Amino acid sequence: MADVTLRKVIKRYDDVEAVRGIDLDIADHEFVVLVGPSGCGKSTTLRMIAGLEDITDGDIMIGGDVVNDVPPKDRDIAMVFQNYALYPHMTVAENMSFGLRLKRYPKAEIKTRIDEAARMLDIVELVDRKPKQLSGGQRQRVAMGRAIVRNPKVFLFDEPLSNLDAKLRVQMRIEIKKVHQKVRTTTVYVTHDQVEAMTLADRVVVMNHGRIEQIGTPNELYHKPATRFVASFIGSPAMNFIPCRLEDVGGKLNIRITDRIAFPLPPARAARYQGVSRTDKLLLGVRPEHITEAKPHSEPGIEPFDAVLDVTEPMGMETLIYFTLEGAQICGRVNPNAGARDGSPLRLAVDLNNMHLLNEVTGVVL
Amino acid sequence: MSTLAIDKAGPTRKTKYGSMSRDRTWALRWSYFFLILFAIFSLVPPIYMLITSLKSSAEISAATNPWWVYHPTLSNYVELLTSNQFLTFFRNSAFVSVFVVTITMLISVPAAFALSRMRFWGSATLATGVFLTYLIPDTLLFLPLFKMFAVFGDWTGIQLINRWYVLLLLYPTLTVPFATWIMIGYFASIPKELDEAAIIDGASWFQTLTRIFIPVAMPGIIAATIFAFTVSWAQFLYPLVFTTSTDQLVLPVGIITSLIKGDVFNWGQIMTGALLGAAPPLIIYAFLMDYYIAGLTAGATKG
Repeated sequence: MADVTLRKVIKRYDDVEAVRGIDLDIADHEFVVLVGPSGCGKSTTLRMIAGLEDITDGDIMIGGDVVNDVPPKDRDIAMVFQNYALYPHMTVAENMSFGLRLKRYPKAEIKTRIDEAARMLDIVELVDRKPKQLSGGQRQRVAMGRAIVRNPKVFLFDEPLSNLDAKLRVQMRIEIKKVHQKVRTTTVYVTHDQVEAMTLADRVVVMNHGRIEQIGTPNELYHKPATRFVASFIGSPAMNFIPCRLEDVGGKLNIRITDRIAFPLPPARAARYQGVSRTDKLLLGVRPEHITEAKPHSEPGIEPFDAVLDVTEPMGMETLIYFTLEGAQICGRVNPNAGARDGSPLRLAVDLNNMHLLNEVTGVVL
Repeated sequence: MSTLAIDKAGPTRKTKYGSMSRDRTWALRWSYFFLILFAIFSLVPPIYMLITSLKSSAEISAATNPWWVYHPTLSNYVELLTSNQFLTFFRNSAFVSVFVVTITMLISVPAAFALSRMRFWGSATLATGVFLTYLIPDTLLFLPLFKMFAVFGDWTGIQLINRWYVLLLLYPTLTVPFATWIMIGYFASIPKELDEAAIIDGASWFQTLTRIFIPVAMPGIIAATIFAFTVSWAQFLYPLVFTTSTDQLVLPVGIITSLIKGDVFNWGQIMTGALLGAAPPLIIYAFLMDYYIAGLTAGATKG
């Protein structure tokens, strides 16, 4: 058990900077997920914590000690790989005990630990099998078991669920969460799947182009994204971005989208955006769940408008609707009984109490 | 799920069985035709050897049907297997081959591991270099090598020429590069995560090699072993050049030098010796093929 700290960590390959100065504090027992598109530097960061990659500059600390030049085996970490990386010639029990046997733990101790981990992961009856006799989900459990028996300071997961089918992925996600609740080991988990990140993490680190875009709890990232990248990456279907600008109309602040469509801002929002230049190119960010069918009576901050739907996708509990506004494709979620049909008009309402305003050029959420 | 969908769609589509199976039949016929052709091509010489080895010298020189034995005899076999000289050749060959295989594997497996995994400066160039060495024919090398050993003998007084163990230094120049190359290829097929997992589990490079790579690459090691054995068992030029005394000769050279006296060819014994000499590699192939299971890496990673 230990905390992990990254200070201005940089990784450069020949002429490419994969990780461009990362600062990250991971508390003891914390489950932190690094998430981002492929090539964002998340795996490299994890591999640097593991010691599988040298760091070009900066410091990595595990449990308060700088481990920059400490080899992986002395960092007291365990890693679960995307493709499981089980030793094919060893049984499940041998796979799990390999690290302990190398460290010459007493046989009885090894057995206790394997039994305990096997019971936790529900693989007791598999311990004498070889990896090729196991299914993908079982292999993944064994790989986790191999990490658990070592009882390390830090667990590192490198996209452990990417090779599983969708159903199994959901199941293993819950499994990983359960394991973490039991062993409470500090965990760094890398994934490109924002759902995994949101469901597993105590805190999510969103990375892009080798930099950290934002660190926060899943809720913070969802409701208070700092940049356009985070706003669009977190949440599915993704947040809508509609080109707009601010204008003053009779002492009140309006948000103008087209010549015909403009909404008055709710007072709280108006106060917040008062200082924004009226000439700046802006983006109105609205999540699909905040674009719904119009209610018969008006509520403060919820503004009705008309749209012609391009496509509708009935999902059962809701219907996703798509329409075009100022050249941007907009997605909304309406009640299945709201009468949404392909190609037909519908009266919609946008909830501006939950809107975001972004600078189109810098991508910063205002 | 997808198979179910296809099954349902089945009846509405007209399936053509004819052309597909006709193509297959013809493909099979051609395969068998060429397989039989090549089988005849490669089996006729050993069969001819076997027939000749069962004949007496008189019958061989008589103008009878060369493909039939009228008076079969085992005298050639008895004579060879009771001759001390032939057994010495056999023993020398066995010693040389076993030692050469051992030396080759001891060098090439760690070398291949280092070249494929340790990523030091110039490792890629060195790997290619190893393979290029193999491309130099031994017919180009035996003269300079002979000179080297002669000079070495002059300087140190240690005489290596005309000793069977000089072959232990010579054969690895042929076997090590190729065996290393085979092993580099095999190690390259082992996923990188496997050694990373071992490193994180606390294994040193040496432990990663002995406890992970060697067991996992067993099929490759067996292939390289068979190769090294075949090369050293069948090598002719080096022993012909470097060994001359009859007690230092290996089988291929021994048969030629002791059974051909001037222009007198003892065909019966030559054929018998060649057949007996071909037996060990055959046995080793047959024995090791059982362990030659290429699918050993299955299960290490996905798929």
